[in-house]
Amino acid sequence: MTTNIKVPEFPKRKKKLYAQDIKDRFISAFIAIFAIVWVFPIVWTLWSSLRPYKEIRAGGVFSPPQELGFFNYEDAIGRMELPTYFANTALITLPAVFLTLLFGSLMAFVVTRYSFKLNVAMLLLFTAGNMLPPQLVFIPVFKLYLILGDLVGDRRFLYDNHWGVVLIHVAFQMGFATFVLSSYMKTIPKEISESAMVDGASVFTHYWRVMLPLLRPPLASLAVLMTTWIYNDFFWALVLMSTDSKRPITSALGRLQGEFVTDYNLLAAGAMIAAIPTLIVFFVMRKQFVGGLTLGSTKG
Amino acid sequence: MTTETAALREKVSPRRRRFFSRQDKITLGFFIGIPTFLHLALVWLPAIGTILLSFTYWTGIRVEDIKFAGVANYENIFFNTPIFWDALRVNVVWILWFFFIATPLGVLLAYQIDREIRGHKFYQSAYFLPVVLSLAVTGIIWNFLLRPDGFVNGLLGLPISEAVSFFGDDRYNIWVIMIMASWRHIGYIMLLYLAGLKAIDASLREAATIDGATEWQTFRKVVFPAMRPVNIIVIVITIIESLRAFDMVYIIYGGRGGLPILGVLVFENIAGEGASMKGAAYAVILFVLSIVPIITYLQQQFREDVS
Repeated sequence: MTTNIKVPEFPKRKKKLYAQDIKDRFISAFIAIFAIVWVFPIVWTLWSSLRPYKEIRAGGVFSPPQELGFFNYEDAIGRMELPTYFANTALITLPAVFLTLLFGSLMAFVVTRYSFKLNVAMLLLFTAGNMLPPQLVFIPVFKLYLILGDLVGDRRFLYDNHWGVVLIHVAFQMGFATFVLSSYMKTIPKEISESAMVDGASVFTHYWRVMLPLLRPPLASLAVLMTTWIYNDFFWALVLMSTDSKRPITSALGRLQGEFVTDYNLLAAGAMIAAIPTLIVFFVMRKQFVGGLTLGSTKG
Repeated sequence: MTTETAALREKVSPRRRRFFSRQDKITLGFFIGIPTFLHLALVWLPAIGTILLSFTYWTGIRVEDIKFAGVANYENIFFNTPIFWDALRVNVVWILWFFFIATPLGVLLAYQIDREIRGHKFYQSAYFLPVVLSLAVTGIIWNFLLRPDGFVNGLLGLPISEAVSFFGDDRYNIWVIMIMASWRHIGYIMLLYLAGLKAIDASLREAATIDGATEWQTFRKVVFPAMRPVNIIVIVITIIESLRAFDMVYIIYGGRGGLPILGVLVFENIAGEGASMKGAAYAVILFVLSIVPIITYLQQQFREDVS
């Protein structure tokens, strides 16, 4: 009986697989072409950044290159004061990432290890805060920074100061860090905490010696992710700073675009240089980056 | 579980107090006090402040000058500011585009790459590359393709004087900018979906194939329903990102004119000399539009915690 049924079905099945094979090749080809289209804009900008702009002015975009080299890059570093802007970026990004991870891990630690009635509410509040449009908080924060500046007698105490930008980043991103770290901590067995407390460890020891070492993987992922986000942020440095030479590189690019509109290939070199840190992060720490993004998966 | 002492309950039951020394209490207070204070002071209180300010007249200079305006700012926006409706229309088109074109493409890519077709590692990197670039860099890169003496106009063989102005011409700019935005969005969605797909039990799919389901049937009837949590998050992100759109348009037009979208409209009205509380009202409208996706997101993420 059974053989009778199976025999006629066999060739039909094979045919189906064959059709699937053709379809697969078609899909692969489509994805490959699409991928080339995807990286093309970056490759084209890279190519243009190696050529002088006057060649393009004279012979059009497809003219064969006569000069190729890194001269635009040397020029960009010198004329656009890129080292200054990179230093500004570091002054904002490094403290902001550090404080975000510190505060996020503290919150997550208390919320998951010491049960309050308010725990879920706090987590909700933090996570929701992270998703508010930044424009919604701008006016009062701006005013607050100015008032605090007047109070301490220095108008540039927070406004137009990298610490002001750091604080707003920390306040916003903390919600995401807390959310991600607390969902990770929930997977760590409670027995570890219990034995620490039975052994008479203080709250601080419990956090610093017991929990923090266990949090290394999500902290690494978050650090990579936060670095990219804060590095790429455009809005806050734009509205909370007025002195151009204090701005981080991402915001500075906007102004440079207007200033160097007459030499577009120079701007391409500037943009490529500005992209280097994120590209390094991407290629070297891709695993952490992807891990961090998918841990909580809110935004990009 | 006795050691999991609730700090609130602690006051009620003195028996448990021995687990927390005075020093521990101070530590705990600092641990949650500082982050909570910072978060409330710089996120929630300002948010409430903006909502209140949107009902006032104020130039943003002296606190004494704040005057109650009722709903005048909103009336002004809804009835006397045609650009608001233009911007809203653009944002809606943006959401629809992301929802029906960009997001499905990201999902499709994820599904195919998850099947480990040849070169899938390379494709994954290629598609994800634009996500790590800042929008400022993205703007410059695309300008290279689309400017009057750029690649596309070169390809069309148009001299500079007759070149298509992709950003200046109203017929093209919204589509061009949405394609640029999709360039990032698709890779991002692909990655999120890929992570979700990895978590799905492979035997589910095998079972479907053995039962003779076609690939499309397997996806629609087996994979897609199993991905429900990821689907919700992807939809929420699609909407939030569409509403948040700001950087790319700002970098292209330098914050003046160009393609009207809500994010830039708020910015024009709150920053610089033209500050008025109409800007606050714009920000509140943007917030109101994002409430539903935010709540959906929270419901999805905290489902287990609440129940």
